[in-house]
Amino acid sequence: MTVTAVEAQRAPAGRGRARARSARRQAVLALPAVGVVALLLAGWQLYADLGDVDVTILPSPSRVVSAGWDARDVLWANTLATLRATLLGFAFSLTVGFALSVLIDLSGILRRALMPPLIISQTLPIIAIAPLVVIWFGFGLTPKILLVALVTFFAITVALVQGYQAAEPEAEQLLRSMGASRLRVFRMVRLPTAMPYFFAGLRISITYAVVGAIFAEYAGATEGLGIFMQNAKNAFRTDLVLAAVFVSATLTLALFAVTILAERLLIPWTRVARGGERPA
Amino acid sequence: MSVPRLEIRGLSKSFGDLEVLRDLRLRADRGEFVSILGPSGSGKSTTFSILTGAVAADGGEVLVDGRPLEQADHAPFAFMPQKDVLLPWRRIEANLTLGLEVQGVSKAEARRRVRPLVARFGLAGFERHYPAQLSGGMRQRAALLRTVVQEREVLLLDEPFGALDALTRTEMQRWLEAMWERDRWTVLLITHDVREAVFLSDRIYVLSPRPATVIREVEVPLPRPRTLETLADPRAARIEAELLESLLGDRAPAA
Ligand SMILES: Nc1ncnc2c1ncn2[C@@H]1O[C@H](COP(=O)(O)OP(=O)(O)O)[C@@H](O)[C@H]1O
Ligand SMILES: [Mg+2]
Repeated sequence: MTVTAVEAQRAPAGRGRARARSARRQAVLALPAVGVVALLLAGWQLYADLGDVDVTILPSPSRVVSAGWDARDVLWANTLATLRATLLGFAFSLTVGFALSVLIDLSGILRRALMPPLIISQTLPIIAIAPLVVIWFGFGLTPKILLVALVTFFAITVALVQGYQAAEPEAEQLLRSMGASRLRVFRMVRLPTAMPYFFAGLRISITYAVVGAIFAEYAGATEGLGIFMQNAKNAFRTDLVLAAVFVSATLTLALFAVTILAERLLIPWTRVARGGERPA
Repeated sequence: MSVPRLEIRGLSKSFGDLEVLRDLRLRADRGEFVSILGPSGSGKSTTFSILTGAVAADGGEVLVDGRPLEQADHAPFAFMPQKDVLLPWRRIEANLTLGLEVQGVSKAEARRRVRPLVARFGLAGFERHYPAQLSGGMRQRAALLRTVVQEREVLLLDEPFGALDALTRTEMQRWLEAMWERDRWTVLLITHDVREAVFLSDRIYVLSPRPATVIREVEVPLPRPRTLETLADPRAARIEAELLESLLGDRAPAA
């Protein structure tokens, strides 16, 4: 058929070339951010070296790095503890966030019943809540999981609910005309429609997750970056406090990168729709 | 005459105070291509919504092969909505098998049934593409394939070519006519394109503005297969004029 031949020529260009081009473009896009960070670090280093500042007040970046390196064993053990709390808390948050989004999507009554308490939960000052949660649930993993979930579930729930609502009524009618049940329509239309929204929510909430875990540890724990920071602070080891801060920031960046990667792998069609490369 | 494949008797529907359908009567025989022509907003899509069960009628009856729709053991209609609604996250192949999947047919079997149709519908080589990578005409053909492969008693096509440019639209009409010649599906086509109705149909119903009711029923005795010459036939021109006249009715020409 001639139509097809013409249309075939409109198909997107080769995959390898497009990928190389996009990698180069992303490297170029990252340059300004790298420059700003380097500039800030250099300024800080100069100020600490030349300004004759007390190391317990502001140690230089190089001192932070070397102190962190010397304490790498302890730092690493505590990082693992924090990472464990973060991941377990986030997994719990995903489960709860998803379950809530389904309930809210199910009926108007549930939506009106659930939304106000959920919004109120987000107004609670964590600084006051964290010690209470530790008093209630002890020094183990439980309070950390709960606090990480508390600061992360809301963005996920809201994103999913909004995503379900973006489903095309025509697509739902089509599925119904084929004889699909309501559950099936949810699974085959509403849920996939919500996926790009979900990942947007995920990107926001993952940046709170590590901080949430550290907060919980700060309020009382036997291990973790939060308790490490507190001990270092009490010993006036500002360099170690900052080393732990650096580690927690790196952890957040790494988790953020994982969500981006997951998004690319799990919802490839969105990049196609944006005129990206041809799928495998 | 035998029992019609589809018969709609005295259908009525209001949305609140808005009366949309009033005593609508239609019929389609087995293997007949029937078009519904009407001004936009008259209630054409609503009629399909009632047939597919998305909307409940206030009154009237729908009979399929002489039996009330409620007694049917499966959905007798394969529906193609006004928008193509190909699911963007499914590759074309998975979009084509959607209806069969919902019917409970296994993935492998569904693919086996879709495969012979792919080339006929001009989609060969595009099975692994996402819908966003297809042109408008291809998307419509994919949506149509998804509809016919369900092998239901009646195809309900709601302005399938409404969103296409004029050239692609003509091309698609010719293509659909050729497809129909071969398979002789029972088709109910909604359109507001008079030419399209004449070119494709055996019979055409003209609906009034809201509340919709049939104001005219026109047979199209033009020979098949139909080609571009068919439209040049003086009989075709006469039917077109007749249809336009009943559509525009006694509305005064714009000043
Ligand atoms: N679910 C609904 N609720 C309220 N009004 C509706 C609904 N569906 C359609 N309508 C109204 O019914 C009228 C007919 O709509 P429709 O059947 O889509 O017209 P057509 O397909 O002939 O253009 C329009 O005025 C539309 O706004
Ligand atoms: Mg319509």
